[in-house]
Amino acid sequence: MPTIKSLDDLTRIREEVLKKQELITTSGKTEIIVGMGTVGRATGTQEILTAILSYIEEHNLGNVIVRQTGDMGLDSFEPVIQVILPGKERVTYGKLNPEIVKSILSNHVIGGKIIEEFKVER
Amino acid sequence: MSVEVKNGLDIKKTIRELIKQHGTERAELIPIMQKINAAFGYISSEAIEELAILMNLPTNQIFTVATFYRMLSTEPRGKHVIQFCESAPCHVAGGRQVWLALQEALGIKSGQTSQDNKWTLLTTSCLGACGIGPVLVIDQDIYGNVQPQQVKNILSRYE
Amino acid sequence: MKAVRSMVLVSSDAESIALGANEVFSAFQQKIQDYGLSDEISISFISDIGHNSAAPLVIIYPEAVIYGPVKPDDVLDIVEEHLDKGHIVERKLVPAHELSEHLAWLSSRKGTLPAENRIVLKNVGLIDPENIEDYIALDGYQALGTVLGKTPAETIGIIKDSGLRGRGGAGFPTGLKWSFVAKTHIDKKYVVCNADESEPGTFKDRLVLEGDPHAIIEAMAIAAYAVGADEGYVYIRGEYGLAIERMKVAIKQAREYGLLGKNIFSSKFSFDLHVHAGAGAYICGEETALIESIEGKRGEPRSRPPYPTTFGLWGKPTLVNNVETLANIPAIIRNGADWYRSIGTPSSPGTKVYTILGNVNVTGLIEVPMGITLREVITIYAKGMKGGTFKMAQTGGSSGSIIPANLQDTPMDFDSFKTASVSLGSGALLICNQEICVVDLAKVLLNFFRFESCGKCNPCRIGCQKSFEILSNIAEGIGTLQDLEDLQMMADQLYELSNCGLGQTAGSPLKDILTYFHAEVESHIRLKVCPADTCPMSGKTIYQVGQEVKITREQGA
Ligand SMILES: Cc1cc2nc3c(=O)[nH]c(=O)nc-3n(C[C@H](O)[C@H](O)[C@H](O)COP(=O)(O)O)c2cc1C
Ligand code: FES
Repeated sequence: MPTIKSLDDLTRIREEVLKKQELITTSGKTEIIVGMGTVGRATGTQEILTAILSYIEEHNLGNVIVRQTGDMGLDSFEPVIQVILPGKERVTYGKLNPEIVKSILSNHVIGGKIIEEFKVER
Repeated sequence: MSVEVKNGLDIKKTIRELIKQHGTERAELIPIMQKINAAFGYISSEAIEELAILMNLPTNQIFTVATFYRMLSTEPRGKHVIQFCESAPCHVAGGRQVWLALQEALGIKSGQTSQDNKWTLLTTSCLGACGIGPVLVIDQDIYGNVQPQQVKNILSRYE
Repeated sequence: MKAVRSMVLVSSDAESIALGANEVFSAFQQKIQDYGLSDEISISFISDIGHNSAAPLVIIYPEAVIYGPVKPDDVLDIVEEHLDKGHIVERKLVPAHELSEHLAWLSSRKGTLPAENRIVLKNVGLIDPENIEDYIALDGYQALGTVLGKTPAETIGIIKDSGLRGRGGAGFPTGLKWSFVAKTHIDKKYVVCNADESEPGTFKDRLVLEGDPHAIIEAMAIAAYAVGADEGYVYIRGEYGLAIERMKVAIKQAREYGLLGKNIFSSKFSFDLHVHAGAGAYICGEETALIESIEGKRGEPRSRPPYPTTFGLWGKPTLVNNVETLANIPAIIRNGADWYRSIGTPSSPGTKVYTILGNVNVTGLIEVPMGITLREVITIYAKGMKGGTFKMAQTGGSSGSIIPANLQDTPMDFDSFKTASVSLGSGALLICNQEICVVDLAKVLLNFFRFESCGKCNPCRIGCQKSFEILSNIAEGIGTLQDLEDLQMMADQLYELSNCGLGQTAGSPLKDILTYFHAEVESHIRLKVCPADTCPMSGKTIYQVGQEVKITREQGA
């Protein structure tokens, strides 16, 4: 565990983390970020997460990273996930259920095609 | 003398364990009572007496604290505790109909425990999930956007 | 990343959509991208703003100009001339005489920018809150490191210069409060983060605690250094289980990285944090009740003075700040006081987080510069009313004000609201349509207060209960005209005689309904009619002075 003793230490760690994160994007990995705050959970992101993970396993998607985050404040769109294809803009999807999530995975994550119908524009 | 036992836990032993963990500082009283409440569902008079002895506080001091906070109970509760949010945002989002449906489905009113000890129905103030109101909480599970017709289905998930 | 400097809004009512609003929207997206302006210009749809002969309309802030009718072919000109070069495209402006009356409010909004600007919520919903590295990657803990190279007085100076005011409700200048605690010559001091957030309709603090807990740890460490404290408490309401867990995880990680504990950044400064979970009581959000509660007692407010800044937790000087207030601190240190002052209004710099609730199409949470109006929130972010037209809104949670339609263009900042006798409070915006009855709403609010009153002082305990009973009578159809006077008296006495803010504000919804909706309350009493058809008296038989009266909706009409 690195202990931070100076601003230089902090900067070094920050750069290491950024490099790690950049490696993720440059290595062509897709990020899926699931909103796991209280409201996310109350509207069923646990099911969404399970659906995503089992889809990834079924289809052997090695280049997808699934992360969690807090609520974003999009209450009436919950459950919400974000998808970031390598080098592309972040796309937020809302009002999801496991079925819709599967179609997002096959169309967007695999096929690269954004599904406008469930996209959240704020 | 009968000793209170729940989930195989002996109240006196539990309290002694908790005191060992937390110490006897006054500031630890509420954290300890939260744990007792979580383990036994409520804080019995036996628990209060035991705490009084071990923490060297008058029983009335412990009792007034226990009765002040909504999340602490001095009465036994049913197997599942339902908390319905009755604050304005949930109300405006259609809370009244859900509340009526809930009372009808359970056959009990606010503050009551069902005959079979399965349910305790409580109202609560805002739970901070108002964006998805009306909101109700069963034990630790939060349900949002609840419609009156969903109430029966939600209840049926609990044994 | 550049700051948003302009906002483009495209009308999205059925007429506009039929006339090509979607195509206009896409064209803007494309062209803004082509010109490399995506970071500086935000684009959204605006909800139905009424019939207009010039649909689809395009509104651009901060100039508050309206173009229309806009075709996809016009978009290039608007982007190039207006958004890129800053010249208004006169030939596409909607002629003043064609602007229907209901758009007149826009002209008063010149120079404002109601676009989202996330400072407090910068990382929320993006980073993994359980991974300290995510926070560090986004400049986390840099502000703490920088501050430790300055003196405490310099640090307080920056916060004072920024003009930051407390977001816990009262709007007290944060730098000034810090200087009060710093001034005391006592070895032991505490900083406390008020995360009790029990104001109905408010969940902004929860988002920060669940989504970006390290921001609070960093801010509390900075505050502790500035005021000379070495120990802190985060008091999180017991109902926020997830927030409590995440905060504990974050504290553990910060300790492991040496960002909490002894000699932080190899300086002389040491600081550690505890989490205290509340046990369910609204009053514990009041700072002295909160302190009592940490000490293991009933959460009853103390009499003041002395204030916590001199006599707080265990009698020691204590700094109490709200979560949202604290979440601003690292950003202010990183970017400077001038940067902060450039956002919001002169007397209320910065942003405010609002929770949008009630009868609107989109609920949720936004962070916008201070000074946005309610109408802008409803049309831009809530995407319009649901199930009826706008009747009233309650701002600031249960203890806030109920405001009628004619106040919806008041800029929401501490001073404008004060002038209008409205409370900004916690930033909750409960928006109600015509279906909501004011008596019913007031009843729900007073029910909350009678339940949450700690009972220590009589005016509050009895006043809240009595007001609730009177309102119930009015709702049942057995109210009298005397009740109106009694309610007014209750509201005044609650304000004047109560010991703490709970009782003092409990009467404000009463006062507001009597001021703005007197006729509606009176119709419940005189005509036995609930205009919104909500109150239990509708369709009931009651007895009044020995005489049977059947109450129906039409009665007296
Ligand atoms: C009844 C009552 C409830 C309050 N609840 C809260 C609360 O939940 N959160 C909060 O931050 N402040 C609350 N306050 C305000 C606090 O007393 C205090 O002013 C605030 O925490 C100061 O922080 P600030 O200067 O950062 O705004 C409440 C006040 C009253 C009278
Ligand atoms: S009002 Fe019900 S959760 Fe907030």
